[in-house]
Amino acid sequence: MTELIERPAPEIGKARRRREDARLVTGRTRWTDNIQLPGMLHVAFLRSPMAHARILRVDVSAARELPGVVAAFTGADLGPEQGSLPCAWPVSEDVVIPAHPPVAVEEVRYVGEAVACVVATDRYRAADALEAIEVDYEPLDPVLDMEAALAPGSPGVRAGQSNKAFTWVFSQGEVDAAFAGAPVLIERTYVQQRLIPSAMEPRAVVCDRLGEDYTLHSATQIPHILRVMLALTTGIPEHRLRVIAPDVGGGFGSKLQVTAEEVVCLLLAKRLNRPVKWTESRSEGNLTVHHGRDQLQRISLAAESDGRIRGLKVDLLADMGAYLMLVTPGVPLLGAFMFPGIYKMAAYDFRCTGVFTTKMPTDAYRGAGRPEATFAIERVMDELAHELGIDPLEVRRRNWIEREEFPYTSVAGLVYDSGDYGAATDRATELLGYAALRAEQAERRARRDPVQLGIGISTYTEMCGLAPSRVLGSLAYGAGGWEHASVRMLPTGKVEVVTGSSPHGQGHETAWSQIVADTLGVPFEDVTVLHGDTAISPRGLDTYGSRSLTVGGIALLQACGRVREKAKSVAAHLLEADPGDVDFENGLFRVRGTDAVRSIQEIALAVFTAHNLPDGFEPRLDADATFDPENFSFPHGTHLCAVEVDTETGMSRIRSYVAVDDVGNVVNPLIVEGQVHGGIAQGIGQALFEEARYDEEGNLLTSTLADYLIPSAADLPDFVTERTQTPATSNPLGVKGVGEAGTIASTPAVVNAIVDALRPYGVHDVRMPCTPERVWRALEESR
Amino acid sequence: MAQRKMTVTVTVDGVRYEEEVEPRLLLVHLLRDRLGKTGTPIGCDTGNCGACTVMLDGRSAKSCSVLAVQADGSEILTVEGLASGDEWHPLQRAFHEEHALQCGYCTPGMIMASLDLLQVNPDPDDTEIREGLEGNLCRCTGYANIVRAVRRAAAESREVSGA
Repeated sequence: MTELIERPAPEIGKARRRREDARLVTGRTRWTDNIQLPGMLHVAFLRSPMAHARILRVDVSAARELPGVVAAFTGADLGPEQGSLPCAWPVSEDVVIPAHPPVAVEEVRYVGEAVACVVATDRYRAADALEAIEVDYEPLDPVLDMEAALAPGSPGVRAGQSNKAFTWVFSQGEVDAAFAGAPVLIERTYVQQRLIPSAMEPRAVVCDRLGEDYTLHSATQIPHILRVMLALTTGIPEHRLRVIAPDVGGGFGSKLQVTAEEVVCLLLAKRLNRPVKWTESRSEGNLTVHHGRDQLQRISLAAESDGRIRGLKVDLLADMGAYLMLVTPGVPLLGAFMFPGIYKMAAYDFRCTGVFTTKMPTDAYRGAGRPEATFAIERVMDELAHELGIDPLEVRRRNWIEREEFPYTSVAGLVYDSGDYGAATDRATELLGYAALRAEQAERRARRDPVQLGIGISTYTEMCGLAPSRVLGSLAYGAGGWEHASVRMLPTGKVEVVTGSSPHGQGHETAWSQIVADTLGVPFEDVTVLHGDTAISPRGLDTYGSRSLTVGGIALLQACGRVREKAKSVAAHLLEADPGDVDFENGLFRVRGTDAVRSIQEIALAVFTAHNLPDGFEPRLDADATFDPENFSFPHGTHLCAVEVDTETGMSRIRSYVAVDDVGNVVNPLIVEGQVHGGIAQGIGQALFEEARYDEEGNLLTSTLADYLIPSAADLPDFVTERTQTPATSNPLGVKGVGEAGTIASTPAVVNAIVDALRPYGVHDVRMPCTPERVWRALEESR
Repeated sequence: MAQRKMTVTVTVDGVRYEEEVEPRLLLVHLLRDRLGKTGTPIGCDTGNCGACTVMLDGRSAKSCSVLAVQADGSEILTVEGLASGDEWHPLQRAFHEEHALQCGYCTPGMIMASLDLLQVNPDPDDTEIREGLEGNLCRCTGYANIVRAVRRAAAESREVSGA
């Protein structure tokens, strides 16, 4: 009677091909812009061509008269109903959170800020109508440079107000003593250029109203957070609002936002009682999707003459742009704890000043704060090695936390639970052929080869898996860091999973199915994963900060465990055994020492029919779990990069790239490798190609993909990737996050390699992106 | 502003359509908004990203950079027309097997550009693949697995045609 279902190998750890792919490779995808609803109208925004100006007049009357135009609104027309875009991370007592109307009313403060919107019967007519809107601006002074913005007498982003958004300080140990009389002192200033996240799918919003109920589709990473924030911003009650993130084409932090366009589309659906759609063009997106990075980092390191670190001081200026958006001021805080990296030191001092400028606001971009910190410490470790004349690997070895010292409380107060920096580094140097490359480098230097070789090192760790709610609370973040999962067995023995994670390329449908298959002993194919719709998945905190597996995956594991325990009690009842005598393996409940057996699928059916259940057993085989982690997860690894730099042209070419990462236990190695590849590519993009540039009037010069260079296949090398596997001790799967690690690690590896190649010429730094021109100028300046 | 309409006849994935369009309508908008062929997405407005790549009379074209009226009389193949029933094209299989996609937004264009590449060069080396796909941007994968997928599809296609 018990039919055995073939389920041989464990699913966790298997390189399962992704189930998401079936719709993606055939073009049967559900992007937000694909949605067409009967009577749907199209929205377009008129955007400020000026970085800073007073709005004297906005006249939409001519636009309203055009054929196909249904409505047109100014910021004043939308009035108080449009509220103020939220900032959920008031980092300090002194933080200034300015009013941020979705459509500007009195003043514009960056190029691209919306000043009016039109609603028309198709997207071409909506675009036409923008040209009929008249706006009179009174230009005001742009504020573009952070240091100048803080100087007395600087023009204000807001008249009569300081351009300082906040200060945040942190200090641990005797910093002055560490620096006083230190044999070695390294002081450097690094520029984290402004970046544009550039997810391939542009943002899109579709909003429909049925009576008092609203359904908003958005290309977002955060349907759950968005629902709460839209309700708070617009006053439309949360329970009347359903938010759906359908297939979402990448995010990298850029879709972790509550945007002006989402708020306005919701209000337009309300006012017009018609479905509306807005899809941005790429050039609109480059102006108005929040930017990333943009920090000026002053870093000082005091060391002994053998290279051991005594102390570290960091003084940051972080460009907020014109407003504080969802987590704008929190991004540098996520970096604050990571400047000490993997190194032991007794004293650390961190200071950050957030600065307003008349630019697009910054916010989370892959790594959010941690790539900046890792870059600075890994660059400075190379400078320390150079100063002392020792190998940069050796200076790291003398300072890093040894395997047997875990768990280790870092100087910044984080408890690193596990790691083996030596193992990852040994394997990476072996894969790269470190010694042979050093020999080749010496040889090229000796013969003054115009093409020099550089080797870049990055031994990183990072904090991810956001996050313990208590820690977030102590940092004044506006929400928790838990995640939710529901698991239900259907009458036919199949399993439906609801996750609060919201994937946009990460492959959760596949990885979650693997976890369920092992935990409930069902075939991989028998699991379906539902997500990204607040009506289906009412509880969740979404996907960012490499949190989905380490938080959402654990919630899922726990929910599965509860389902299994319920099933076990039914199995024991049917087998007339004590639950304590029932074992579960591979989907089968067996009474120990007998042949009596029931499959979990049989139990699912028995629960459905409910004919013979234990007394008091509710006839449902499902369970929920909400997991709040105790700690972050701390992936680490060693990335090595060999770069050839042509000293005559300034051109850099990555010759080989090796990454040995430790992300703990792995659910799907294929997906992990993909995350590492993509992360490295984005980090290389920052190192070599990408920069959002504004001119002296505050115009964005990089508003298209022709000007803002994200790497193409021809610009990148192949990657050699391996893993060491030191399980995390902070969660039962032993997993660590992987989504951001590659980006955090790779940028300093590449820049260290370029600087290493140019050391014989006296070059100590090249500002990112290290374009041929920048490299050439650095060489000229030091000649 | 609104313009006089013209009639366009196109065959898309084997189906013939006759549509009245404004001369300014982009081919990609004809496909997506009028014909419901939403398998072809739009990633930019300057012809740089290649997400909207389709085969236009047998060669790859970025459908955001072609007017619908320019495609009058053409035969268009999109990613939706590649599989025969549930039997995927070797490129679709290879992208799946090699994990050459994550969010999948660039994938239709990447597959169509690869189709053109393999048509011109059935046995490309890695450099030729990378240079051949230079006009198609992916932000997720770092391209390594895309290169592997194209190599795999090429090998598979050569085996089939050799057999």
